Amino acid sequence: MATTSPPGVGLMKGLAVTIKHLFRYPATQMYPKERPDLPPRTRGVIALMDENCTVCMLCSRECPDWCIYIDSHKETVPPAKEGGRARTRNVLDRFAIDFSLCMYCGICVEVCPFDALWWSPEFEYAEYEIDGLLHEMGKLREWMDTVPPPPPLDAGAVPPAEAADAIAKKEKELEAEAAKQQETEAKEQEAAAPADGGDGKPKKAEVKVEGAGEIDQETYDQLIAEGKSERIARSKAKAAWVRKEKERLAAEQEAGGGDDAPAEKPKAADVHVEAGEIDQETYDQLIAEGKSERMARAKAKAAYVRKQKAKLAEEAAAGGGDDGDGGAASSEAAGDEAPEDAEAAEPKQGKLADVHVEGAGEIDQETFDQLIAEGKSERIARSKAKAAWVRKQKQAQLEEGGGS
Amino acid sequence: MSEVLWNTAASFTAQSTSITTFDSFAVSVVVKIAFALGLFFVVPIVGGYLEHKVMGRMQARRGPVEAGPFGTLQLVADGIKFIQKEDVIPRAADRWVFAAAPGVALVPGMLIFLVLPFGPGVFALDLELGLFYALAISSVSVLGILMGGWASANKFSLIGGLRAGGQLIAYELPLILAAITVAVQAGTLSLVGIVEAQATFMLPGTEINVWYVFPQILGFGIFFLAAMAELSRPPFDMPIADSELVFGYMTEYTGIKFAMFLLTEYGGMILMSALMVVLYLGGWQLLPGVPLPGCEGTGGLFDCGVTGTLLGVGITLGKIMALVFLMVWARVAYPRLREDQLQRFAWLVLVPLALLNLALVGVAKVVF
Ligand code: SF4
Ligand code: SF4
Repeated sequence: MATTSPPGVGLMKGLAVTIKHLFRYPATQMYPKERPDLPPRTRGVIALMDENCTVCMLCSRECPDWCIYIDSHKETVPPAKEGGRARTRNVLDRFAIDFSLCMYCGICVEVCPFDALWWSPEFEYAEYEIDGLLHEMGKLREWMDTVPPPPPLDAGAVPPAEAADAIAKKEKELEAEAAKQQETEAKEQEAAAPADGGDGKPKKAEVKVEGAGEIDQETYDQLIAEGKSERIARSKAKAAWVRKEKERLAAEQEAGGGDDAPAEKPKAADVHVEAGEIDQETYDQLIAEGKSERMARAKAKAAYVRKQKAKLAEEAAAGGGDDGDGGAASSEAAGDEAPEDAEAAEPKQGKLADVHVEGAGEIDQETFDQLIAEGKSERIARSKAKAAWVRKQKQAQLEEGGGS
Repeated sequence: MSEVLWNTAASFTAQSTSITTFDSFAVSVVVKIAFALGLFFVVPIVGGYLEHKVMGRMQARRGPVEAGPFGTLQLVADGIKFIQKEDVIPRAADRWVFAAAPGVALVPGMLIFLVLPFGPGVFALDLELGLFYALAISSVSVLGILMGGWASANKFSLIGGLRAGGQLIAYELPLILAAITVAVQAGTLSLVGIVEAQATFMLPGTEINVWYVFPQILGFGIFFLAAMAELSRPPFDMPIADSELVFGYMTEYTGIKFAMFLLTEYGGMILMSALMVVLYLGGWQLLPGVPLPGCEGTGGLFDCGVTGTLLGVGITLGKIMALVFLMVWARVAYPRLREDQLQRFAWLVLVPLALLNLALVGVAKVVF
């Protein structure tokens, strides 16, 4: 008895509620006369886009009711190129769903990796005979015409992975363009200033900006104030940040690289880095931005690799600098570990493949543990760890050889 | 029964005020039976339709829409459906009692229509003991319910029947006490006489004509609640209590017998409403102290011409439907009482209040 009201108040409230509803419009949908207003993802019937189906059998195996029947045969496809290998391919013969068993759980639609199964909101397919509920391929294909387009995403939603990739690609293009423009500008400047000799001006296109994630707060605020949508403002601000960062780096490089003529900068691609670690900073940042865990991990890994490469290249360049053709003064970090690496770095460059290592079977436990921890399958982790072990062995041999 | 026959015979010779009385006895009887039966089958269907619709709208539904225009023929369609259904009698049932029970419950309802005045001169009989007759006959219904509950050989039916017995006895008392109070004030037991008395009742010391609902608002409330309980309608539907007793005494009934029980309920709703209209709401009068158009003549309440008569009938039916609406409203708004709450409410609240009401009205009658 937390609240006590005078007797009769509750009774009056009851009467008030019911009389209010008497004069409201009833909620009934007059179904056969009025069509119900169904959302696009209503679980009405399952449609099959048979050209997308690769007969992977996932749907059939995952169906809790085992009511998806698939028959197929293998066909050999002639090689696409002269001298290529002939391939085999599964061809769908029969695809049927028994809707008298189906419980509309949606697992099959969810599990299909090739977007071959879709939900359609159609629901009027009752039959007088139960056999009629076994929909064969043709009928399932016809349902495909009734699948509505997906509803638009909410404002500010994370874009789908495909769209995100496309945006990243476009960003990269813009980046390259901007870099080219800067280069021409720099050349003009150079032409104006007295040339201090040296062909090794770092190319602007090579300037890589790390950490695609920061945004230029100023630009962002401005765009928001102009009434742009959050999504657009964010992406533009990101581009602005990248542009600014590039300018800054280019300026730094110019300042450092102007003095001397460095030998050819070691190309990043030549340096091998053990993949596996991720760049924690990038990862945290991406997660904070609301990216999916998968995407953040992949990008962070790439960032890590990039950083490692940059570092190794610097080291290598510093080592080369001792030999006499001037240090690569690309950034501040060069030089600390140069003395130790100097001997190893040179021979490592070319001769790794020449060294033969015995004992294919051991694995590099460290690499293995790491990969497992990252969620890789055991098989992959093992093979990579084996490769890592071989690599280490070779390096050790080379070092021995170099030392002696 | 001999009363009815005697009165019917008397009306043959005497100059009656009822429009259903003719010079030939046989014609008169046939017309009266047809009148009562017609009312009994038509008005409850209208009331049932009202209940369906109002209940639907209060629950954000539409109620019946398909059978007939706006679903008006839904109850007719239901009746046809019930007639077509198989008539199942449980093997262990007491066959004859089982079969007779719906009739025993239904017929008293029809008989009460004989004495109810629906308009100026629109009634079958003007019994001297009309109110007594109506209350006595309506109590017979409970016998049918008890019979049905017992004969079904089903524990749910039996519990339902016994609950109905207990409930009807408990609520009969305040109902009768409230009705007696009206009879005391009017000084007559004739239902037509009570309507007449209300047309001439003035508030003491003034010239303002009022119906009995004003001096006896307490009695009206008691009668209304007791009537709902008598009819076993929610929130007093323990004898049926579908969440506890399947369907109470109706559990084993199917087809036309089930329909008869349902008709008893709807007919009872109309009957109790009609009694309330007659006892408290001034019968066929439009407003207190305002004569119907056409009734200004020397005959007063009973000589209104064709329009006045039709208008009177319409007004009575309108008041009945308004009371039915109130019952439906209460049904939708309130959950069922518990069995002990029900008995407590009858014996500790309604009976003392009804006695108090009787005492007050008796004193007032003597004083003024
Ligand atoms: S929706 Fe039906 S067919 Fe698909 S997995 Fe579930 S039960 Fe099987
Ligand atoms: S999961 Fe998709 S691709 Fe695989 S068999 Fe089923 S429908 Fe075809």
